Amino acid sequence: MSENAAKTENYLNVKHTVASWLFTVDHKRIGVMYLATILLFFFLGGVAAVLFRIELMTPTEMFMASETYNRLFTMHGITMIFFFLIPSIPAVLGNFLLPIMLGARDLAFPRLNLASWYVFTFGGLLGLGAIIFGGVDTGWTFYTPYSSTYANSNVILAALGIFVSGFASIMTGLNFIVTIHKMRAPGLTWFRLPLFVWAHYATSIIIVLGTPVIAITILLVAVERIFSVGIFDPALGGDPVLFQHLFWFYSHPAVYIMILPGMGVVSEIIACFSRKRIFGYHIVAMSSLAIAILGFFVWGHHMFVSSQSMYAGMIFSILSFLVAIPSAIKVFNWVATLYGGSIKLDTPMLYALGFIGLFTIGGLTGLFLATMAVNVHVHDTYFIVAHFHYVMVGGMVMAFFGGLHFWWPKITGKLFPEMLGRITAIIIFIGFNLTFFPQFIVGYLGMPRRYHVYPEEFQLLHVMSTGGAAVLALGYMLMGVYLLYSLILGPKASSNPWKAAGLEWTTPSPPPTENFLEPPVVKHEAYAYTEEDTYRDDAETKGDTHG
Amino acid sequence: MNERFPVIPDQASALARDVDMLYLFLIGVSAFFLILIGALIIWFVFRFRRTSDTDRPAEIHGHTKLEIVWTVIPLVLVLIMFVWGAVLFFKQFRPPADAMEILVTGKQWMWKMQHPSGRWEINELHVPVGRPVKLTLTSEDVIHSFYVPAFRTKMDAVPGRYTTVWFEPTRTGSYHLFCAEYCGAEHSLMKGWIHVLPAEEYDDWAARIDPDLAELTPLEAGERLFTEMGCMACHNPASGALGPNVVGLYMSEVRLDDGRTVIADEDYIRQSIVEPMAKIVEGYQPIMPTYRGQLDESQLMQIITYIKSLE
Repeated sequence: MSENAAKTENYLNVKHTVASWLFTVDHKRIGVMYLATILLFFFLGGVAAVLFRIELMTPTEMFMASETYNRLFTMHGITMIFFFLIPSIPAVLGNFLLPIMLGARDLAFPRLNLASWYVFTFGGLLGLGAIIFGGVDTGWTFYTPYSSTYANSNVILAALGIFVSGFASIMTGLNFIVTIHKMRAPGLTWFRLPLFVWAHYATSIIIVLGTPVIAITILLVAVERIFSVGIFDPALGGDPVLFQHLFWFYSHPAVYIMILPGMGVVSEIIACFSRKRIFGYHIVAMSSLAIAILGFFVWGHHMFVSSQSMYAGMIFSILSFLVAIPSAIKVFNWVATLYGGSIKLDTPMLYALGFIGLFTIGGLTGLFLATMAVNVHVHDTYFIVAHFHYVMVGGMVMAFFGGLHFWWPKITGKLFPEMLGRITAIIIFIGFNLTFFPQFIVGYLGMPRRYHVYPEEFQLLHVMSTGGAAVLALGYMLMGVYLLYSLILGPKASSNPWKAAGLEWTTPSPPPTENFLEPPVVKHEAYAYTEEDTYRDDAETKGDTHG
Repeated sequence: MNERFPVIPDQASALARDVDMLYLFLIGVSAFFLILIGALIIWFVFRFRRTSDTDRPAEIHGHTKLEIVWTVIPLVLVLIMFVWGAVLFFKQFRPPADAMEILVTGKQWMWKMQHPSGRWEINELHVPVGRPVKLTLTSEDVIHSFYVPAFRTKMDAVPGRYTTVWFEPTRTGSYHLFCAEYCGAEHSLMKGWIHVLPAEEYDDWAARIDPDLAELTPLEAGERLFTEMGCMACHNPASGALGPNVVGLYMSEVRLDDGRTVIADEDYIRQSIVEPMAKIVEGYQPIMPTYRGQLDESQLMQIITYIKSLE
């Protein structure tokens, strides 16, 4: 019987040629290709971070010149933000899961989906080219007139990479919006959608509205650089602060592009491992939309000391505080979901709980930054660096790896060593805090960011931070090793190893190319953990035909 | 404060203490919520741990009263933070009228400063304790940011416009000055010291002018430039000939030939010198040549200082 099951056709074993991957229009295969691509960028960005963290162990120059240091932190920022974080959850987990969660066969536009991977990869290669042919030294923020006139590095190539990869984002966002609107299974009403889908809906709206603005902005930098047209450089009659307005108009909402999908993942995991419907489901769904909309009106909090009007600053300050409310509501709702549940601390749940803790610290320190008078002191210091790493790494990366572990059996059809998974999650949590908590302290003490050499009194905290980075890197490597082992030698996964609710768990692991053996009909609300059929798993119903 | 492992930097201005108070309030609120959330998670995880695989917990859809409470309490708290932060911010950036003015120009990778007495400094700034000091900032090239952690204040130096920042030192000593806005290769070397001196010592210091350099005060230098650069020919304060009169110009309302009115602040005067065609005063011909490239940022500041003094 088990031999028979092994021969069942699924999306992975249906064809094995390279061409069958490169020309696939199967959203699951495209998701896997995205996974491989972004992990490469995550690795490159990580290597850059390790190198400059080692350099920062001493207050003076240790083994790299300023020019090298500047290129490394720029490379870290650009690869991590544009080529890892922004596509991470949507393009990998969203791509793989969204159609299955909706009970659809594929996304609305499968060819557009494949095109998005090619466009993204091309953009990534341009970015990579900028690094290989000498690097970029503007920081990921490309502030003018430094980037447009003064920088003597591959600004245009990097800008082009970001410009091109933006189109991939827009393609994915459009595809998601249309799919969610038009391709839901019979019975799957809006308020029966998993929160993962709601989060991706909100994210897609931001992507479609925001990405064109960064594309135009970055193009204007290139135009000024190549043709000396005065746009941002005052020596040419331009306005340098205009760039900051345009840049943050996209780049602040981009923070929510990066965090909202993570919140969606965490909602799924918490529901599963406490066997509870998410507390206040409607509020959590709507708070994603509230964050998406409010997020477009807070960009000026990056510019309190930029010469922006004080009154404009006040408006941006209060709006930034208001965006904290839907985020706080989400955290309270997740915690309340645990109440009265049946809680099991498997690997994905450890990541999800880690996410709540770290995102809470990231969110609370966001209040410090919305507070104008405190912002003035900590702006452009390590306090900011710590804050956004708590949100981006403590939040989004924890959610990404939580989600990757949670759906790993579904994606690969293999189980990973659970105990090793738990230990690694704890190592990553500890390493993360050791790396970034000292940065809050050194930031308040006045250590500016992007400093290659620094005053001696900050050394102890920098050494702690570098030590933490080593622990963090160890955690990531350990994960790489056991996931690779699982991929090759891991035991086969059943259809529903976590006993989770959701359409993706009703189909075999890995799913067939058509996603479902029979078109599903949805009879319950999301997270129907009181219904007995939620717990159905093909490991226990061996021999039964599905459906 | 723990000297071996400090968590709060030196407090060397009146404002520093105010900012730290607000910071501690924020830490208090944050710690409360972090501990609350952490404790609840740990308690629930332990109390509601799965004991049997057949556990099927009852559904809870929501609790309206509870949800209103945890929406309203954070809302009230953030409004307090907003008002406190905004009020302090306005104090931080509204210099008192009697503040001593120092002109500061940032350029890759140094800070150049001129005192009212005429004395120049690079990367080290001497200021008197107990007197308000206002800095007028600009940049020769890219954006820089003037940051003094001990004063808890910071302001960008933006090319093509003027920004201001002020402080009143309360403690003598030497404190870090950093450039906080990334500005290229040697960004981390664009730093220096603020030396806070007793007031009389500062006056002595500022008066010690190198006679070989024939340093003029910004006002004197501005007056001389006004003559040398030929401004007198058209903007003679005595006669008022071809160009608009500059006496009493500063902060007055100027009517432009397109019907708009603008306030003649530093940015307006600067633009009229380097980009004279941008705003033509009503009743005058657009005939003034540009002075872009003929005057550096320090000289522009000196001329503006002189024009401001004409009343």
